[in-house]
This record gives sequence, C-alpha cells and structure tokens, in this order.
Amino acid sequence: MGDIAIRVQGISKQYRLGKKERYQTLRDTLASTFTVPFQRVGRLLRGEGLDVAERNELIWALKDISVELRRGEAIGVIGANGSGKSTFLKILSRITEPTTGFAEIYGRVGSLLEVGTGFHPELTGRENTYLNGAILGMKRGEIDRKFDEIVAFSEVERFIDTPVKHYSSGMYLRLAFAVAAHLDPEILLVDEVLAVGDAGFQKKCLGKMGSVTKEGRTVLLVSHNMGAIAQLCARTIHLEQGRLKCIGPSTEVVSAYLSSSIGDDVKSSWFTDSSKPNHAEVRFSSARLLSVDEQPLSVVRFDSAFFVEIAYAVTVPIRDLSVSYKVHDTQGNLVFEAMDTDMPEWKGRVREPGQYRSICEVLPSFLKPGRYRISLGSFVEHVKMIEKQESVLSFDVSEVGYPLNPGRLGIVSPVLQWKVIG
Amino acid sequence: MEQTVQVIRIERSRGWVALQLKELWAYRELLYFLVWRDVKVRYKQTALGVSWAIIQPVFTMVVFSLFFGRLAKMPSDGIPYPLFSYAALVPWTFFSHGLTLASNSLVGSANLIKKVYFPRLAIPIASVTSGVIDFVIAFIVLLGMMIYYGIVPTLNVIWLPLLLLITFITSLGVSLWLSALNVQFRDVRYMIPFLTQLWLFATPIAYPSSLLSEPWRTLYSLNPMVGVVEGFRWALLGTDTAPGPILIVSSLAALALLVGGAFYFRRLEKTFADVV
Repeated sequence: MGDIAIRVQGISKQYRLGKKERYQTLRDTLASTFTVPFQRVGRLLRGEGLDVAERNELIWALKDISVELRRGEAIGVIGANGSGKSTFLKILSRITEPTTGFAEIYGRVGSLLEVGTGFHPELTGRENTYLNGAILGMKRGEIDRKFDEIVAFSEVERFIDTPVKHYSSGMYLRLAFAVAAHLDPEILLVDEVLAVGDAGFQKKCLGKMGSVTKEGRTVLLVSHNMGAIAQLCARTIHLEQGRLKCIGPSTEVVSAYLSSSIGDDVKSSWFTDSSKPNHAEVRFSSARLLSVDEQPLSVVRFDSAFFVEIAYAVTVPIRDLSVSYKVHDTQGNLVFEAMDTDMPEWKGRVREPGQYRSICEVLPSFLKPGRYRISLGSFVEHVKMIEKQESVLSFDVSEVGYPLNPGRLGIVSPVLQWKVIG
Repeated sequence: MEQTVQVIRIERSRGWVALQLKELWAYRELLYFLVWRDVKVRYKQTALGVSWAIIQPVFTMVVFSLFFGRLAKMPSDGIPYPLFSYAALVPWTFFSHGLTLASNSLVGSANLIKKVYFPRLAIPIASVTSGVIDFVIAFIVLLGMMIYYGIVPTLNVIWLPLLLLITFITSLGVSLWLSALNVQFRDVRYMIPFLTQLWLFATPIAYPSSLLSEPWRTLYSLNPMVGVVEGFRWALLGTDTAPGPILIVSSLAALALLVGGAFYFRRLEKTFADVV
C-alpha cells in the first residue's frame, strides 16, 4: 500500500457536445422521420447509443492528468469555470468514467459533490438523515451512533420530526451539511458546494473541513474560495482548460493563478443589442473588470486597485446622463453604488450619440474578500430611469497575500490609516 | 495498524461488463433505504392514501365483470367472473406498477446519479420492490373475495411465493431495459402506458388461456405474465388449467428478460451520469 492514497495516471475525459444536424429540407425531414427510427433502434440493440453519427463535436474536458496524493494530505483543486475541476472530481468519485488513463484509490472513499443529495421533501429531518447517510455510504449502525451528534451540529433539534419541506433553506442546509460532516472515510473528495449558506454557516463548514484535514485524512477539495484553499490545503493543483497547469505549494499556485486569471475574460459580460429593446436611449454593450495595467480579470487581489469598465452606446443626445453600477455581496447587501456623474466634468453636459466607455477605479484594500456581483444602471438624475441590468458580472476578491484579520465585522473592510500614540 | 486496504481502480470499461452482484450486495442497506423511502413517500399527500392500492385493481375488476363477464359472457374456467379476473389483476397490478415506476426511476433519480456513486441497479430494484406492500394489501382483498364466494384454496398455494418472484423478475427485467433506454430517450415514458395496456390484453386477465389450443398456448406463455396469472388462479382458485408447461416456459422467458436486461443496463450504466 505504501503511503499513496490516490494515484491518477494520464486521465482524460472526452465529452460529445450535443449538437445535432439540422434537417435541411422538408423532404429530408420526412424521409428521415421514417428511416432514422429504424437506424436508431438498430444501434440501440447493439448498445451503442446514438452519438456515433449524430453528434460528432468532441471536447476534452480533461486531458492527461497525472497526480499522486499522499496519505493524510489535503490538496486543493482550482481553475476557472469549465477548466475540468468538477469532471476530475466526478471521475475520482466513480460517477463518470474516464475516456483514457486510470486512477487507483487506496482506502474507503467518501465524496461530497453536494450536500443533501437525495433529501426528500416529504420525509422528516430524522428520516432524511438516515436516507442521506445511507446514500453517502454510511452504515445504519454508524448513523444510529452519530445521530445525536448530527442533530446537535445541525441545530434543528426541535424540527427533527417535521418534514423538511417545511424547513427554511438555512435549516435544510444545516441538516444536510451536518450529515455530510459526519461522514468519515479515509479519503474525502469535496466540491465547492460546501460554500453555500450564510457567512456564519460557511465559517462552520470551513472549520469542520479544517478539523477534518488536521485529523490526518486525505482530502481533495475543489473550490473557488482561494482563501479556504490556501488555509486548508498544503498543495494545490491548478487546472486550465482540462490540463494540469501546475501543482505545488498552495500559496504559490494560488497567487500564480490569480495573476494568470488576467486575460481570462470568462466572467466579463458582453451583451448584444438584440437582447435589449431597440428604442433604449442608452444600450449597454459590455461590462468587465480591469487590472491597473488594463488586463481583464475575474479575481481581484484584496490589496490592489481595479477598474470597472462599462461600455455602452448612446442613441439620442442626453443631457445629464448618469451611468452607474451597484456592487452586491453574496448575502445580498448593497455594498456601494457609484456613478460617473460624480466627476464634475460631465455634470450638465450633453452626451451626443456614439459609443462610450465609463471607467471607474475602485480603491484597493476596501472590499472584503469574497464574491460580489455587479448590476448596471443608467438614468438622468431627478428625471428618469433609462436602463437597468441586474447582476451582469461577478467577481471575487481574494485575500491571498494579505494578512487580513478574518474575523472582522462589517460589510467592507477598509484598511485605514492609524496612529497609535503611547 | 496494518489493515487490508481496499483498492479501487477507476478506468474505462468496454463493451459488456460484469454485473458486480457482490458490490450490489454490499450496498444492500442503501437498497433498503431506497425501498423504505418509496414506500413512505408513495401515498404522502394523497386524500385516499393506501386505498389506492385497492381502488385500481378493484375498479378494473368491476369494469371487466360488467363488460366481459356480463355482456360478453366470457368463460371463466368455472370460477365466478369477478374472482376470476381479480385473482389475475392482483399480480398484474404489481407487475405494471413496478414497470411504470422502475422505468422512470433512473430519470427521477437523476440528481442522485449525477452526485453520488453506488450501483445503479439499486434504483430500479428498489422501485419494483416497493410495490410489494401494495400487492399485499390487494391480496388481502382477494382473500376476502374468496371467503365471500366460498372458495377454498388448494394446497398449491405453497407455490405463490414462487409466482410472486416470477412477477418480480418479469417486472424488473423489462424495467431494466426500459429504464436504461429512458435515460437517453424520454420516448420511453410515452411508450409505457401504451405498452402496459397492450400487455394487459396479451395476458389472460379478462379471458382464460384455455381459449387457446395447445401448441399456441405454450407459445403464448412466452409472455411470462401468462404463467403468473394462470399460476395464481391454479394455486388459489383451483382452476384445472394445470400450468406445468406454461409455468416453465414463462419462468424461462422471465429469467431471460432479467439477465438480458441486467447486462444491457450495466452496459449503458457508464453513460447515465453524462446523459441523464
């Protein structure tokens, strides 16, 4: 057995994009209406499925990943959306098969791709605890033994015999996480879904994850939360477009990732005119975040300034036009709103028809580490609202590289100037 | 400290794969919980509750008795027609409900399939098994009717568990084919009501199989439900349609359906999480 917990050797996963041929003519359509079913039935009977001829666009969700996890090691997996993180976890969890390569897992595995999988709304909290526990791979005796502990952790004692459909979403999540948290296999595979719920609950989840990793269990953690990765995992894997970009000590990989996410405009939002009513006097065309050297980004370091760039077209001359954006945190708090007429040079002036960009610099060391979303608006002050676009863009503020006290209260966490006089 | 460490090897499987019944057995507790969930949830938030288990076969029996028994004067092997048809409807309802539920079960459990690993065979097996409760309830009504008509079961009742097992195997066998297909083609969902209806009339429920003459009758019992239904009447009501050859043919057909279905299911299983 040695001290290896997971060995991954050259794993690749290919997906077929479900793109079907479009029928060209009515005659073709009618003809294939009669012939295609027979061809399909033939293929089905051979157990081939249908994809051979009809869908042929292939993509590699994962390409040639090799990695070894030592026993007792916690390792993080990061990468942009669509980089293959979840596919990787699904393969290790045996939910889907790799196309090539193999992996070997030494020990009892538990995987948590979601909390509350299999919860049934009509069943009570108690019943769902047993059901969910069994689904996650716990034995009945094990659930019996841990039941009181699970209920205590979830803080839903009073409602444990109430059907979960009457639970608030917070109670539901707490119970679901409590069951998951009491799963104790030798090897734990966890997806970022743990980072749900309110801040207090997230903290509890992270605390629990922290104690799990300290107990010497092997953990593979997929997350968008760079802080959590850096805190919980010694090593981190960075995936990019299905390939292993790099692997190494978490702090290094995470900061490399944060700087490489420059140029990755996945989270910048572009919209075409056709999606908007054409009579609008102001039409937003894009919104994105830029670094100080004008590269698009989706993750912002806590201690660096960044720009919010809003591009739009003005179709009729408008006097006193304000273009604004709002920043909300994940709890729905409006953190701040900013408008370009704060700059006196555009006060009282007319914007002639044409293309514009409004660029706003946001202070460094101001937004608390976490996830935010941006909504756009345009209006003429005291006169009318012209256009609103909710949640066009989201971004993360990462605390990596800055020693910020994590327990700090408040919606923002500005680093202010202090004098201490003795 | 040195224990045997379980090693799991993950790689692509090709073609026909082993059934892994041992693994399925290791997951028997999950199977138990899935059955238990289906039983618990089945009649939640219905006004009539468990009575649905009786309503369906009983009302079908009433309709059959009126149209086939009274109007068409269908022969019934010397048994009062209501009892004749109800004795067949009890296993039939177990079969067709199991089939309907299990065929849709994978699609209904898409979330489980995409998020958790376990032998997928557990899902349709649990769906069919959960119908046993309904069967028992409908069966009690059958006993009541037998008392009413003053019919004493023969010693052959000892064969009933075997007959129930054949029903189970048939229902599961067909479901394995259909549920795996249903993952990729939702057409199956529309096919099932149609299939069960045709199958109902291809099974001697409203009429006796004694209407057929011999070489045809044995051929007819390639439909496993023929053996089950005739077996039920023979064991409980003492019809003299001695079902020996019928039962053997039907059991073999049921087993073939199950084994074929299980391998077909296992072959498609690896695609479930990606397609469902």
